[in-house]
Amino acid sequence: MKLTNRSKVVSNKEMTLAEKIYLPAIFKGMGITFKHAVRTVVKGAPAVYSYPEVQKPRTTIWRGQHVLKRDEEGRERCTACGLCAVACPAEAITMTSAERTKEEKGLYREEKYASVYEINMLRCIFCGMCEEACPKSAIYLTDRLVDVETNRGSFIYGKDKLVEKINERIDITTRQSEKQKNAVK
Amino acid sequence: MDLLTFKLILVLALFLLSLTIAAYSTWAERKVASIMQDRIGPNRAGPFGLLQPLADGGKFFFKEDFTPANAERFLFVLGPALVMFISLITGAVIPWGKSLNIGGTSFDLQVANIDVGVLFIIGMASIGVYGIMIGGWASNNKYSLLGAIRASSQMISYELAMGLALLSIIMMTGSLDLKEITESQTTGKLWGVIPWVSGMNWNIFYQPIAFLVFFVAALAETNRHPFDLPECESELVTGYSTEYSSMKLGLYMFGEYVNMFISNAFMVVLFFGGYNYPGIEWVTQHWGENTAGILSVVAFLTKTVIGILIFMWIRWTLPRFRYDQLMHLGWKTLIPMALVNLIITGAVILAFAN
Repeated sequence: MKLTNRSKVVSNKEMTLAEKIYLPAIFKGMGITFKHAVRTVVKGAPAVYSYPEVQKPRTTIWRGQHVLKRDEEGRERCTACGLCAVACPAEAITMTSAERTKEEKGLYREEKYASVYEINMLRCIFCGMCEEACPKSAIYLTDRLVDVETNRGSFIYGKDKLVEKINERIDITTRQSEKQKNAVK
Repeated sequence: MDLLTFKLILVLALFLLSLTIAAYSTWAERKVASIMQDRIGPNRAGPFGLLQPLADGGKFFFKEDFTPANAERFLFVLGPALVMFISLITGAVIPWGKSLNIGGTSFDLQVANIDVGVLFIIGMASIGVYGIMIGGWASNNKYSLLGAIRASSQMISYELAMGLALLSIIMMTGSLDLKEITESQTTGKLWGVIPWVSGMNWNIFYQPIAFLVFFVAALAETNRHPFDLPECESELVTGYSTEYSSMKLGLYMFGEYVNMFISNAFMVVLFFGGYNYPGIEWVTQHWGENTAGILSVVAFLTKTVIGILIFMWIRWTLPRFRYDQLMHLGWKTLIPMALVNLIITGAVILAFAN
């Protein structure tokens, strides 16, 4: 089966004398590395980021740590329907739902909300299926990185880490599809 | 100054020189690798990362020194020590420079001028593999053992080719004395044709094939790429040094770099005229013995450092050989090549002697 036109035909033919003594190929290879060495010395290394000072920019649709969005009035959008958990191939998401009381009307968008919402960051494969499954446009992946922890327990992120802070909203407009934008309204 | 004081100073200087060059080889290796791979390389510790060897050394000392439970403790410690000891001791017979005149007496820049210098170095180099073998066996780890076995069989295979390549040089000079081998490369017309320049009558011009064989064998003897099968990380974790940590591992790695330095120095003596440089006799006559002596040391070290850089260049170019390819190259290519070269050398010497 031919999948691409880049494939090479492999043969077991006898090597020629020039191939057998290796040296021509070795000198050719050494020439290549020498060219690179000269270029790096003369012109400086191409495309190198001095890491701790300069971070390599990530694309806007980078799939990093999740965020649970709030709506314009600051209410949590998530209604604990569980579709994200169903869609999750790594089964990283667990949640418990609860019914909001009258006093909590300003906190949650719909009658049902997630009292516990946990993502196990060790299981998560950052595929973005939760984001696609969410009918309420509540969960998104962002360009943030998951922090390094020293024990496994700390990798289970609860609502305290996932829900965006009311004063520090996280902008996800670049990755929102038309469908997701409509779901907010 | 009497001879003993001079020798002591020389020994100390050589010791420090070997260690410094080995330490900075680790830096240079990373730097060479980086510039060949379009990177920058070490640049954190000091300007151009020049303090990196110190940082690495410090790190080695402060790491946990771990010995596996069922390891043969005495041998486990002996292994790295042996590698380091052997690689340092071989520097004693190499003539590092012409001579220095201190207070009216002329001193040779060689710690021990023994008649069988070549044999001494070859012998010591083959004992060096015991360090690896013992270390690999004492670790009580199958990967280490496999690495150690690979190291020893590789050494045996390549030592033969190395010895045969050396023989042609010995036949040309008629001596096993390294000083004499060096001096034989000082004077004489190249191929009996090219006009006389003192200090340019190098053996490489007469024995390119012997050099090639010797060079490949030297790469294999020092466990350098592309012959570093004893420490093959993709197959054997890190081979014989798998169970080693802290400064014991440091000694192994360091010993390898000292080895590389010494084997390059040896190669310079045998093929690149040792401490000779063009016009060495003119300099001795006009500028005095000391200037010539110091220049000869500089020439020797320059040649050695270039050799080390070429070793690194090869390391970062070639992929590792497969083990059967390694054995084929050693037994089926290098040894016949060296033998043929030996016969031709003998024939030419006989033809011109009459």
